[in-house]
Amino acid sequence: MSDLRDLYQEVILDHQRHPHNFGDLESPNRHADGFNPLCGDRISLNLKVDAQGKIEDIKFKGSGCAISKASASMMTDALKGKSTQEAETMFHLFHHLVTGQDDATIEGLGKLKVFAGVRDYPARVKCASLAWHTLDAALHEKKEPISTDDGMGSGE
Amino acid sequence: MKTKTRRQNPPRRREDAKKDKTEIISKTSGPFNVMKIRKDFPVLKLKVHGKPLVYLDNAATTQKPLAVIETLDNYYRKQNANIHRGVHFLSEQATQVYEGVRTKVQKFINAADSKEIIFTQGTTEGINLVAQTWGRANLKPGDEVLITGMEHHSNIVPWQMVCDEKGAKLKVIPITDEGDLDLKNISDLLNPKTKMLALTQVSNALGTINPVAELIRLAHEKGAKVLVDGAQAVLHMTVDVQALDCDFYAFSGHKLYGPTGIGVLYGKYALLDAMPPYQGGGDMIASVTFEKTLYKKPPHKFEAGTPAIAEVIGLGTALDYVSHIGLSVIAAHEETLLAYGTKVLKQVPGLTLIGTSAHKAGVLSFTLGEIHPHDLGTILDQGGVAIRAGHHCAQPVMDRYGISATARASLALYNTTQDLDALVIGLHKALELFG
Repeated sequence: MSDLRDLYQEVILDHQRHPHNFGDLESPNRHADGFNPLCGDRISLNLKVDAQGKIEDIKFKGSGCAISKASASMMTDALKGKSTQEAETMFHLFHHLVTGQDDATIEGLGKLKVFAGVRDYPARVKCASLAWHTLDAALHEKKEPISTDDGMGSGE
Repeated sequence: MKTKTRRQNPPRRREDAKKDKTEIISKTSGPFNVMKIRKDFPVLKLKVHGKPLVYLDNAATTQKPLAVIETLDNYYRKQNANIHRGVHFLSEQATQVYEGVRTKVQKFINAADSKEIIFTQGTTEGINLVAQTWGRANLKPGDEVLITGMEHHSNIVPWQMVCDEKGAKLKVIPITDEGDLDLKNISDLLNPKTKMLALTQVSNALGTINPVAELIRLAHEKGAKVLVDGAQAVLHMTVDVQALDCDFYAFSGHKLYGPTGIGVLYGKYALLDAMPPYQGGGDMIASVTFEKTLYKKPPHKFEAGTPAIAEVIGLGTALDYVSHIGLSVIAAHEETLLAYGTKVLKQVPGLTLIGTSAHKAGVLSFTLGEIHPHDLGTILDQGGVAIRAGHHCAQPVMDRYGISATARASLALYNTTQDLDALVIGLHKALELFG
């Protein structure tokens, strides 16, 4: 059971029970929808980015597995007040973290390091990455909803 | 021509067939001994994450007995040659064995003639074949195709595609809360405009066994043809296509202890004869010139190119294996398992069974409180228990119950009550973890 605790750490379980920044956002100026057809995870992400490119506010709605919900929740916590530039960097760092591409510990992710356990569960990488890929789509103002089937890539 | 054959050679009575099987069992293997059966399946010895594998994902694919594995190995070691066109020994032998399996399949589903057995890649290809050949030739604007709310995507999408193309309308028989077909309005849904009723014999998402014989009778009264998706039926019950009187019947080898990449489409000969070919190429032609090409008769008309020869022969071995044990014996064992599984799952706090029809086979779909099926799947996997989590290629079923996914445990002949106990232990672990 200790293996499972690496994935389902207390902080992850907390976030999925009581997700942060869950709900509607008034007058968002960035939006994207994401979908994981493998298990039905859905996310709708809204951001308010100011003129200097700083993420003023960020909220999500959706349904899905514990990993996807916790990932979205912790992502929104981590991104508040960051610049869109920093957000992009974190997106790439997170992707490396969950796909286990680098052996070295990933710096700059703070509490998000807790998702390192996902790399041992390849079937769950898409669950953890869904929120981040949706974020990427929102920041680049992609019009189509993103799906984890569209070659999101799990680093394999 | 077909009818004459049937009158002269009435279908072999099921009772006679059953008697033969019972004799074989009592002379050789004795009553059903699941622990002995399990020894036939090498995969069941595996450990997953350090735990013994508890394989409960049989609706996705079944494991293979050593006899099937050895057939494939032996074919490539000692028998491999292309069929139908060679004049050398290996080719003639391979052709004989391959066509011999066609006859085996005919007997297995009690078709009137082996010419009515077409080898396909699987159920999905079989249904596409009918939709694209029979469908394109017979559907006109305003015609209706009737399917059900519990179909697998493979028995939805091909019909959507051909209906779009031909201007026909797709209609759906709804399902009840228990997961049965809601037949209240069947006389409206099955009407003179209905040209095809396509339905599953056993639902892969719910386990419901549908009253196909009765619906076939009703459909024929209205002048509609019927295609039955038998993918989840053939491993759990004896299928008699003549008794059912279905026009088409499709199933997959890999769900019946056989190899992947092989399946069967049964069709009444007169229908197959009238249908245009599916794929064009070698082996389905009688002669080719640039001016005109003449096609072979069924079944070869629908078998273009080199088939999955090894897989066909492997399928033959799988049929032998299952027939030797006897489907009624297998069904009885699985019925006990299903009843036990239903009982112990109902005792898990917060568990909701999805699909509670009084007539079910082999499938236990459920949700567990707020825990997402995908999380359940991962937790169970860590304990060596293999189930499936998701929409099971039946998104409309999920929509019907207002959920995005279920966890599904599905049974086969080698499962035991201990397997189901392991499942329940895993579910309790999940409850503990998620507090």
